[in-house]
Amino acid sequence: MGAQLRVYRQKIKSAQTTKKITRAMELISASRIQKAQARVAASTPYSDAITRAVSAVASYSNVSHVLTTEPERVDRAAIVIFTSDRGLAGAFNSQVLRESEELAELLRSQGKEVVYFLIGRKSVGYFSFRRRDYERSWIGGTDNPEFDTAKEVADAVLEAFLRDSADGGVDEIHIVYNRFVSRITQVPVVTRLLPLEVVEAEEEAAPSGKVEVFPLYEFEPDAETVLDGLLPVYIESRIFNAMLQSAAAKHAATQKAMKSATDNADKLITDYTRLANEARQSEITQQIAEIVGGADALSSSK
Amino acid sequence: MAALNVSVVAADQEVWAGEASMVVARTVEGEIGILPGHEPMLAILAGGEVRVTLPGGEKITATAEDGFLSVQSDAVQVVASRAALA
Repeated sequence: MGAQLRVYRQKIKSAQTTKKITRAMELISASRIQKAQARVAASTPYSDAITRAVSAVASYSNVSHVLTTEPERVDRAAIVIFTSDRGLAGAFNSQVLRESEELAELLRSQGKEVVYFLIGRKSVGYFSFRRRDYERSWIGGTDNPEFDTAKEVADAVLEAFLRDSADGGVDEIHIVYNRFVSRITQVPVVTRLLPLEVVEAEEEAAPSGKVEVFPLYEFEPDAETVLDGLLPVYIESRIFNAMLQSAAAKHAATQKAMKSATDNADKLITDYTRLANEARQSEITQQIAEIVGGADALSSSK
Repeated sequence: MAALNVSVVAADQEVWAGEASMVVARTVEGEIGILPGHEPMLAILAGGEVRVTLPGGEKITATAEDGFLSVQSDAVQVVASRAALA
């Protein structure tokens, strides 16, 4: 067998092995998307209930809360970045990191100092490779987020928010994560988490078109304490939701990336098979030519 | 008598939902019983049991930690970051 042909056969084999792996990964993430989506759906009653309660308190009491008041001066801002632990997900992580770079640029141009909270090994890798500082990081479990992690993150950012900015605290908190729109689309979302912007209930129209009116609530023990208890919970649920969305989006991105990798391997296999056939054919042609040439030389020398 | 529409919700799932004739929960100010027709209320829960009495008379208990209780036009929501049926 000719050397050329052997090289092509080797390449075909390696493409076939790669294809098997990427196909398996595609199927695995396809089944995980469903689970992740189900978890997003299962957590909606909780976040809906909290959102309703927060807007009820906010619209029926004029309590101002430290989490809802705009600070006079913003010196330091924090960005919470939600990435995944593992790669092989196409532009999933770079998308989020790029968005957060843009946000950081914007904040710096407004004269704010930026600190980071990182979630997922990929963002930590990105920062340590560039030798950049970050406040805190959480690694592991991004594929299947636990509420406890969300609580930890919420506690950490709230603690930083409540500290004075001269003392190492922050005045603003932004979150950047991938939102799961569909299996095909994942959109990076950049929002400001704190201070909260309270939208008065009167302005919010119900889906039916009529404005939902909140009844006069009785608060136990009182409106202030209730708001005090509710807002941190609201932050927790927002962060948990971001983590769940990001997990679902990661699986969808992996599926898409692995699908195109499988397709690519298929194309490589076809291409190399063609080349190998050509090489084999030309080898045969050459051998025939040699035989014919040899026989010719023998018959003419007689 | 009208029934209460109760849902017990944890951070990652809805623990229980259905109709009930009475709900007893522990708030930071003490135990409170809610019957149909209760005025709208928002209360912070102290960790502990939530007892739901079904229209048939059976009882369901759930533990709820770190959450709140909202009552509005006969809809009762027990919302806690950790909740489970006992």
